[in-house]
Amino acid sequence: MSVTTQKPAGRAPAGPRPYHPTVARLTRRALLGRRRALILLALPVLLLVIAALIRIQTGVDDRAAVEILNGFALAAMVPLIGVVAGTGAIAPEIDDGSIAHLLATPVRRSTIILTKLIVAIGVTMLFTVPSILLAGVLLNENGRQIAVAFAVAAAVASVAYGAIFLMLGVISRNAVVIGLIYALVWEALFGQLVPGAQTLSVQQWSLSIAARIAEGGAVTSEVTLGAGVALLCATTAAATWYAMRRLRSLTIAGE
Amino acid sequence: MATLHIDNVSRWYGNVVAVNDISLEIGPGVTGLLGPNGAGKSTLIHMMAGFLAPSTGRVTLDDRVIWRNAEAYRSIGLVPESEGMYDFLTGREFVRAAAELHGLPDPGAATDRALATVEMEYAADRRISGYSKGMRQRVKMAAALVHEPAVLLLDEPFNGMDPRQRMQLMELLRRMGGEGRTVLFSSHILEEVEQLASHIEVIVAGRHAASGDFRRIRRLMTDRPHRYLLRSDDDRTLAAALIADPSVSGIEFDAAENALRVQASDFHRFAERLPRLARDHRVRLLTVSPSDESLESVFAYLVSA
Repeated sequence: MSVTTQKPAGRAPAGPRPYHPTVARLTRRALLGRRRALILLALPVLLLVIAALIRIQTGVDDRAAVEILNGFALAAMVPLIGVVAGTGAIAPEIDDGSIAHLLATPVRRSTIILTKLIVAIGVTMLFTVPSILLAGVLLNENGRQIAVAFAVAAAVASVAYGAIFLMLGVISRNAVVIGLIYALVWEALFGQLVPGAQTLSVQQWSLSIAARIAEGGAVTSEVTLGAGVALLCATTAAATWYAMRRLRSLTIAGE
Repeated sequence: MATLHIDNVSRWYGNVVAVNDISLEIGPGVTGLLGPNGAGKSTLIHMMAGFLAPSTGRVTLDDRVIWRNAEAYRSIGLVPESEGMYDFLTGREFVRAAAELHGLPDPGAATDRALATVEMEYAADRRISGYSKGMRQRVKMAAALVHEPAVLLLDEPFNGMDPRQRMQLMELLRRMGGEGRTVLFSSHILEEVEQLASHIEVIVAGRHAASGDFRRIRRLMTDRPHRYLLRSDDDRTLAAALIADPSVSGIEFDAAENALRVQASDFHRFAERLPRLARDHRVRLLTVSPSDESLESVFAYLVSA
C-alpha cells in the first residue's frame, strides 16, 4: 500500500449528486429487512381484507369506497407507513452509530439525505399506492375514478410524509414515537375532525388533488387545489432542506 | 505526509467540560492516546474525525479544517468504537460499500486488498451479525483502510479483542505507521500503548497531561511516590526500621485499619529493602498491598507533575 490517498478516477461532478446508489442500497436493505417488511405489509393487507369484506357484504358502493380509502387508507395507513419508512431510513443508523461509516466518506450530506428520501418515498409508495388502487377497484370498480384519485393522493402524500419523517429521524432520537403521535393524532384524528388542523394536514392537501381527479364531487377537501399543492411542495422542500442542514452538523458524541 | 493539528481545542457539553484547552500535533507514525475512561479521548478523536465541532479552537489536517468538510475523508480512515455497522451485510459487502462511497475506481479490487490486509477473507462472505467482536473490529478496519488514507483514527481498537487478535492488530498498525501513515489510537491501558506507540499523548480529565515517548511516560509513572498498606506482628518496630531507610518518605499509623501506611519515594529500592528489614528486625509481614495502583491515581499523579 502506498501512502498517497487514492483519487477517484471520475470525480463526482461539482454540483450535488442527488442520488448515490450505494447509499440507496444500504437504506433499502435496512428498510426491507424481514421484520420491518412484515410491519409494512400488515396495513395494506388489512386494507385489502376490509375492502373485500365490504364488497362481499354490500356490493359496489361509492360512499363506502370513499370512506375506507379516505378514513383508513389516506388518513391512517399512508402516514403510518410513512413513519416506518421515513424514520426507518435514517434513525436506526443514527441510534446504533453505524451512520459513522456513511459519514466518514466524501459523499455529500445533501446526497445522503436526497437518496434516503427517494428510498423512503419509494418504499412508502410501494406499500400504499398499489394496495389503495386495488382496494378501490374491489370497493367500487374505480367508479367515478375514486380508486385512481386516492392512489394519486397517496403517492403525493408519500412524498411529503417521506420528507417530514426523514427529517424527524435526523433531528430526534424519539422520531418513531413523535411520528406515530403526529400520524395518529394529527393526521388521523384532528385532520378529519378539527377544522383548523385540517388546513395544516398532509392528508387534506393530498385530498385536494384527489378531489380534482374524482368525478362528480365524490371526494372533497378542506383546501383548494392550489393551496394544497403549494403547501405540499413547501413542506417537502423545507423538511428536506432542514434534514440536510442537521445532518451536516450531526454530532456523534463520544464517551 | 499528513499531520493533524489540534490548536487550543476545548469542547463542553452544557456545564461539563470534556476537553479542556488541548493543543497537540500528530504526525506520521503510531501515536497512542492514553487516558482513563471518561478522560475525553473519544471526544478528541470524534473532533479529529469531524463528527463533533470543537467549542473553541481548531482541528485541522494539513491546514484544512475537518469539521463539516466531507472532502477531508479522502485522507482519513476512521475505526469508531461503536459496534453499529449494518449487521445485515456480509463483511465483504460492508467493505465494498465503503469503497464505493469513497468513489474508488475499482471498488472490487480495493475491497479484496483491504480484506487481505486484515486477514478476513475467510469470513468475508458471512453476515456481520454473526461476527465476534474481534472480527467486527477487523472488518471496520478494512473499511477504514479501503481508500488507503494517509490518516487512520482508531477509538479503543483493542477493546474486546483476544490476545491473538490484539497482536495481529498491533502488527498491522505498526506496519501502517512504518509506511508513513499517521496512525492514532486511543486506549486506557498503558501496556497496549507502550507496546505499540512510538509516541504517547496522555489525556486526563480533559487535559493534556503528558507527551513524549513511552520511556519518558513510563519513568513519570514509576517515579511517582508509591503508597503501600502494611500489616505485621510488630508495626512499631517495622515503622522505626523503615523510616530509617532513605527509600521511605513517610509513615502513618492507620488505627482504623490497624495497619501502617507507607509512602515510598524509591519504588525499586523499597521493594528490595522491605523484606530484608523485616527479617533483620524479626518482624513478620502479614500484609503488603499497594494502595494506589489504580490507573486513575497514576494519571492523577501525571496531571499534577
